[in-house]
Amino acid sequence: MTADLLYRLTAVTQVYDGQGVLSVPELVVRRGEILAVIGPSGAGKSTLLRLLNFLEMPTAGQLTFDGQPIVAEPPLAVRRRVTTVFQTPALLSRSVAANIVYGLKLRGERLGAAVLREWLTRLGLKGLEKRHPGQLSAGEAQRVALARALVIGPEALLLDEPTANLDPYNVGLIETIVHEENERQGMTVVLVTHNIFQARRLAHRTALLLNGRLVEIGATEQIFERPQQRETAAFLRGELVY
Amino acid sequence: METLLEAFLNAIKLLWEMDPELRQIVLLTLRVTGTALLLATLLGLPLGVLLALRQRLPARGCLLPLVYTGMGLPPVVAGLFVYLLLSNQGPLGDLRWLFTPKAMIAAQTVIALPLVIGLTIAAVQSVDPVIHRQVKALGATRWQLAWTILLEARIGVLAAIVAAFGRIIAEVGAVMLVGGNIQTQTRVLTTAIVLETRKGNFALALALGFILMGLAFLLNFTLYHLERRGARQ
Repeated sequence: MTADLLYRLTAVTQVYDGQGVLSVPELVVRRGEILAVIGPSGAGKSTLLRLLNFLEMPTAGQLTFDGQPIVAEPPLAVRRRVTTVFQTPALLSRSVAANIVYGLKLRGERLGAAVLREWLTRLGLKGLEKRHPGQLSAGEAQRVALARALVIGPEALLLDEPTANLDPYNVGLIETIVHEENERQGMTVVLVTHNIFQARRLAHRTALLLNGRLVEIGATEQIFERPQQRETAAFLRGELVY
Repeated sequence: METLLEAFLNAIKLLWEMDPELRQIVLLTLRVTGTALLLATLLGLPLGVLLALRQRLPARGCLLPLVYTGMGLPPVVAGLFVYLLLSNQGPLGDLRWLFTPKAMIAAQTVIALPLVIGLTIAAVQSVDPVIHRQVKALGATRWQLAWTILLEARIGVLAAIVAAFGRIIAEVGAVMLVGGNIQTQTRVLTTAIVLETRKGNFALALALGFILMGLAFLLNFTLYHLERRGARQ
């Protein structure tokens, strides 16, 4: 097991009610990389993220995290090394500031006022700290969700379509922050998106899932410029009918 | 109409003068109902959250229908069960609670408990499942998850408590059965209303009714404003 691997999935399958939704013969996530997982709706991308966040256990196969096999819900200390930002911000009905510090509070930690101000400024949320979720735009709410995930300093940040339905300003801001955190902190990011341009802008490597099957994975440039699989080329050209 | 007006004025007068017996009845009503509500809340909230969150809990399939049946249980039947339990021949007869406020509290708790559990289940289940996943993904323990979801469902939970309060404060059959409506001992607003009506003292009965409604209004007024505040958030 090489030290630079954070996740390894081997022969992983996920089945719901007898229906296979994910089949991954082999997939590794390297420490400090941004891995984009692209594919159409229903391809199994979100299922993959739930496995990586230990919210579900695979039906079959082996999942290892930092070299440790995960066979059941892992200990809290392991779970707390990973978090997810979902497509819907899922904010709690409390103030923006209280939402941002929520993950830290779960850990019995506090966020200094100066650090909170810094995060609010970085994410364009300054002046909104006392507002409640119902008083935020979709973009603001998603930035709060991102701040809430980042302040806990996860080793792996899992992003499930984090910018779907957002305007270009918010998309740009979120992509910048994710890129900066990856560069500065070496935070591993798995980005699930059906926006292939976003994958190209952000990811070091890209994987394509189709109908729950891992079709291809490789360096982003290679996937976009020289795809090895006919289905990958067709998907990127927008020719796949699904 | 004349009786209604007279009753209303009588109620004001009674409250203004704070007749000792009336004060005792109101205080006993609040003590019995308040204690029963507290017990039902302390037992019902955790059970409601547990039943809502643990879908694979053994016996859940039996417990849920039991709770929903309990929500519609006629109070007088609940009173009968408690009466039989506490009577001299009953398994809890040695407690000597029958015809004391303790028996009334027990009966009202039995009536309120399924309502608190059932409506808490509904409130917790109405929280978006994405919130559950998100809270877990942020590293919550089971207790932290349950507490957070309970807070998210707080308006519904508050409604559950208020509904239970409304049911037991207005309840007459069970407390009459197990309390006996003994003057200065177990007489509460509802049993006093029954007594005064039977005596033909309609104005006083209505006056007591207005006081009962006033208490219910006060509580609903508070809930309404709490709900408004929750909705704004």
